[in-house]
Amino acid sequence: MTTEVVSEAEVKKEPEKADEQPAAPQQDAEQESEQPAAIQDGDTPRTASPQTDRKSKEARGLSRFLPPWLKRQKSQSRTEPSEDHEDKAPMEEQLEAPPPEEVSPQEAERDESHSIGSADTQPAKEEKGEEFPERIGDGKEEEDLLESKAGEKEDEPLKAEAEAEKSSLKPAKKMKTVTCQVTLLDGSLLPCEVEKRAKGIVLFVKVCEHLNLLEKDYFGLCYKDHADQKCWLDPAKEIKRQIRNCPWQFAFSVKFYPPDPSQLTEDITRYLLCLQLRQDIASGRLPCSFVTHSLLGSYTLQAEMGDHDPDACCLDYISEFQFAPSQSKEMEEKVVELYKTHRGMSPAQADAQFLENAKKLSMYGVDLHHAKDSEGVDIMLGVCANGLLIYKDRLRINRFAWPKILKISYKRSNFYIKIRPGEAEQFESSVGFKLPNHRAAKRLWKVCVEHHTFFRLVTPEQPPKARFLTLGSKFRYSGRTQAQTRQASTLIDRPAPHFERCSSKRLSRSLDGVPGLGMDDQAGATSLGRTPGEKNGRDPALELSSDSKSKLRVQGENIYVRHSNLMLEDLDKTQEDVLKHQASISELKRNFMESTPEPQPSQWDKRLTASPATSLRLRAQATAEDKQKSDTLEQAEVEIEETVVIKEVRKAPKVEVTVPEVVVTAVTEKEPEKKPGGEAEGRGGEGVTQRGSTSSDSHSESEDEAEYHPQAPSVSVDQIKELPEEEEELEVEAQPLEAEPTAASPCPTTEEQEPALKDEAQNGHPESQSPQGSVEEDEEDEGEPKLNGDASRAETEGFPQVICCSEPPVVKTEMVTISDTFAAQKTEISTLEVPIVHTETKTITYEAAQVDGAGDSEPGMLMTAQTITSESLCTTTTTHITKMLKGGVSETRIEKRIVISGDSDIDHDQALARAIKEAKEQHPDMSVTRVVVHKETEVMEEGKD
Amino acid sequence: MAGLMEDFGNFTHAVVRAIPDSFANEDSRRKKTVEVDLAKAQREHELYIEVLRHQLGLRVLELPADESLPDCAFVEDAAVVCGDTALITRPGSDIRRKETEAVKMVLKEMNLNIVEIDDESATLDGMDVLFTGREFFVGLSERTNQRGAEILADTFKDYAVSVVPVQNGRHLKSFCSMGGPDLIIIGSSEQAQRALKIMKQMSDHRYDKLTVPDDAAANCIYVHLPDKGHTLLHCTPEEFPESAKVFERLKDYLLIPVSNAEKVKVDGALTCCSVLIHKKV
Repeated sequence: MTTEVVSEAEVKKEPEKADEQPAAPQQDAEQESEQPAAIQDGDTPRTASPQTDRKSKEARGLSRFLPPWLKRQKSQSRTEPSEDHEDKAPMEEQLEAPPPEEVSPQEAERDESHSIGSADTQPAKEEKGEEFPERIGDGKEEEDLLESKAGEKEDEPLKAEAEAEKSSLKPAKKMKTVTCQVTLLDGSLLPCEVEKRAKGIVLFVKVCEHLNLLEKDYFGLCYKDHADQKCWLDPAKEIKRQIRNCPWQFAFSVKFYPPDPSQLTEDITRYLLCLQLRQDIASGRLPCSFVTHSLLGSYTLQAEMGDHDPDACCLDYISEFQFAPSQSKEMEEKVVELYKTHRGMSPAQADAQFLENAKKLSMYGVDLHHAKDSEGVDIMLGVCANGLLIYKDRLRINRFAWPKILKISYKRSNFYIKIRPGEAEQFESSVGFKLPNHRAAKRLWKVCVEHHTFFRLVTPEQPPKARFLTLGSKFRYSGRTQAQTRQASTLIDRPAPHFERCSSKRLSRSLDGVPGLGMDDQAGATSLGRTPGEKNGRDPALELSSDSKSKLRVQGENIYVRHSNLMLEDLDKTQEDVLKHQASISELKRNFMESTPEPQPSQWDKRLTASPATSLRLRAQATAEDKQKSDTLEQAEVEIEETVVIKEVRKAPKVEVTVPEVVVTAVTEKEPEKKPGGEAEGRGGEGVTQRGSTSSDSHSESEDEAEYHPQAPSVSVDQIKELPEEEEELEVEAQPLEAEPTAASPCPTTEEQEPALKDEAQNGHPESQSPQGSVEEDEEDEGEPKLNGDASRAETEGFPQVICCSEPPVVKTEMVTISDTFAAQKTEISTLEVPIVHTETKTITYEAAQVDGAGDSEPGMLMTAQTITSESLCTTTTTHITKMLKGGVSETRIEKRIVISGDSDIDHDQALARAIKEAKEQHPDMSVTRVVVHKETEVMEEGKD
Repeated sequence: MAGLMEDFGNFTHAVVRAIPDSFANEDSRRKKTVEVDLAKAQREHELYIEVLRHQLGLRVLELPADESLPDCAFVEDAAVVCGDTALITRPGSDIRRKETEAVKMVLKEMNLNIVEIDDESATLDGMDVLFTGREFFVGLSERTNQRGAEILADTFKDYAVSVVPVQNGRHLKSFCSMGGPDLIIIGSSEQAQRALKIMKQMSDHRYDKLTVPDDAAANCIYVHLPDKGHTLLHCTPEEFPESAKVFERLKDYLLIPVSNAEKVKVDGALTCCSVLIHKKV
């Protein structure tokens, strides 16, 4: 499905859906097939996001009637929770443009102020044609201004100018535009006019068009933040919000250095890469020996000057070229000497040779970050295609290949990686580094996430769902991965574009790219460039995502929660043992989490629509799963501490304990299509309450921490032939579950399935391990959750009513991971699990303030929500009842979570049957729509490996 | 760029140095108190040089022995040559520092780019430097310190330089060497295996390994000859019968057993006794 489609039709109701889907690949295909559309695509994201915003806007409308804490929750669910007012206001405006019918009353009001022409109805298209289509009302901008007044001031003049121009050009629309100065790789300045609230991708696409660049995924735009740090411009976020009050100056640069440039499709791409490398070399960022400087310099001359002219005296002009940070006459002579040997080589060939040599340099493509180790010693962390490199001075003192890394996280100014235990080791270890500040830590984390995704994965990992209580950054790389971009590149079918190689001796010259049809991809946006001259400058604010995805991410980022525990993480579980003391806290949180619905009604709706037969409450399932997940995650998270220390967590072998969790969800549906969204909101509210102090200030910057599990996705990725790693084999064992997240990428997932199962077996969960994890959820239609879930379900199959988790639940693969981790590594976890279920009764009731005409778009109103927990001998039952009012129809959903704990002798099947039966008996008028089984067995430590 | 993989093992010149008479009786330099048969050692060395000259076809530059420098024959410790650049080391043993002078002179005459270590705190023995063709590994040993390794990294900027701790008074190449473009020959001792593990972790590249039972047998000289292809100088069956068998597994290799029994007593492995240079004409 095209992003566009989503935006027009589905987005309205299910904005999130769009986000969650890995639209990138699909879009890519489209883009390539139709180049003209490319531009649209680029803009499309915006459109989508605006709609989302709209939604949030609607939510806001509701929020008037809601208690403050509820509002808060909503804000989180929005694209960018952090800055509620300012940001939202603007975004809303944009959103308004879409179809009039859906406009909520409130929106309508706002719209009045704007001149929303019929033209606006199709925002996406307009955008294409005009760079700043969505800017509807100026009046509203004032709201935005809150963000940074200072910035505004600076912008004013520009704006004025831009507007003046714009108005002259397009009088019909009032858009505030800003002229961005983009420094291209050849040193020339490209003025680019963009709408003031345009997202990063708009500018990026413009630049790529100017350059006539199709393979843009390797590139990105940088800016310097107020601390003079280079940051990547997030294509999915508004430029203005990223740069704050910094000048609108950007640098187009390479973000992901292709390990094998010869695999690039077009010469123009290689040429741009050459330009970047020449900068890198001249600035000293890419260290070279004398000989290499000379050799590379000679290729540069050949590419730019053509064959050596014996008659001309090279040495006259040669010193105008910069071949090295500091070059001697001797080097220049050497350059010329080598230059003479290249006679007959075409510029493209010379570039290719240049790259073939440059790529072998040990620091090629390594993004360095200053840090200190656990002992306070200054080191450098280098992020590259293969993993993380640790340098002390010039020496490599350690290296962690991506497959070796289980988790990447940061907390405040600390950065952590969790290392997979070696063959002979039983324990995972975590390594911590101290970054200069929080922003630096986040920037590093993002760069790691992006590099891992780009180079190791087949498809980008879905950003974590915006869960109510989720903490930390949800940032994920959503652009195209290298695998995807390579595939896309094969489709490039155009005559090699003409481009002029400018002499590198002159600094300012403009590349005459034919402003062409860039195929824009959201992914393209993702690829960020490295700002010339900066080693560390990875942009903190990078949240690249395809537009659709961007929404979600944004949410995540903004959410700021102090408790790391709330983070949803799979892998962490391993270390849960450590966290025992926090168990009680986790429980509380869990409860909340459980009740937390996913703020993405649209998806559900879609699904429901898609599979009418199953009038099941996907929601419920999801929730249940979420609960589990959250639990797991929480525990895991606890591990992370501020202290930068290399820890080894030891897990004591435990006695076998089997703790099957059965979650039975019964939902009565009165309406075929109900939206979980309402529920979600309600739950969200709870969560909010708990958090209480969670500050809204959560900005991307404000995030304290975030985690990322490279493994999960990487399982599939690792198997990519191109990226063979020794550790791959090992990985499979540990990571099977995680594979799930990849649901978005159909192929990989399937493949992973097998390994996952195997892994389980290996780990010593023999039979009964029905991995919850296996339940995958595809948020999209496309994902068919057949993977692990199905296989493991065998147990469940006995019961007709039991729905395989594999269905489209919200829960991601992460869950799966958890189970694996558990089984394989942890014994103690089970102990923790049991306590998870708790006795808390909460009731939240509020009246529905508004019912939207568009049933879909409007999530039902939460009427009541309560959670009741009861315990018996070996079972703990948590019942969560939710009543929703939707479109005038009330829906009651009951979720039961039953935890059966006991020795391994328990007959789980029986217990499950009993539980289901009881559930049915208790609520005869309801039907069981979802049964999620999560079984965990503790295995002796020895069992693993 | 210098040191392209294709060039790995291609050499044109070898620098060697005769064994002085002080070789056998100067035990002060080493902890070992083994009996060394001077005449035997010198004979070995001559044979070694013959092999370099005739079997490998290298131009051998032989420096005269210096009686004041008993270990002067181990020229590898004095310089690290990669491509056109020669780093003159600062040996960890101060009584060996002067060994570098003569080596430096000869390398200079070859028009190599000479880099010297000014830093008084740095120590570096060439025997601790393993160049794989793609990168360097440096053993941090009693003879080589962090600073020395840093200077090595500064000198050969094109390459990654990773550090490998080496204990027990040994050198990194006391138990390993390159046996081909991507082949590491490694000893079986725990120390050797540990070092190999570290090297593997540190490298982006995957090397093949050939494990030999005896650490000392793992020090070989690999040369790629234009006419004969892969060529390996290794220990003789008399010295290490088990290890010698292992080399036979190397197909398509020209295997040249070289006796080194006396020199090895003072840690004088095969690689120690020469500095191989690829000097393009």
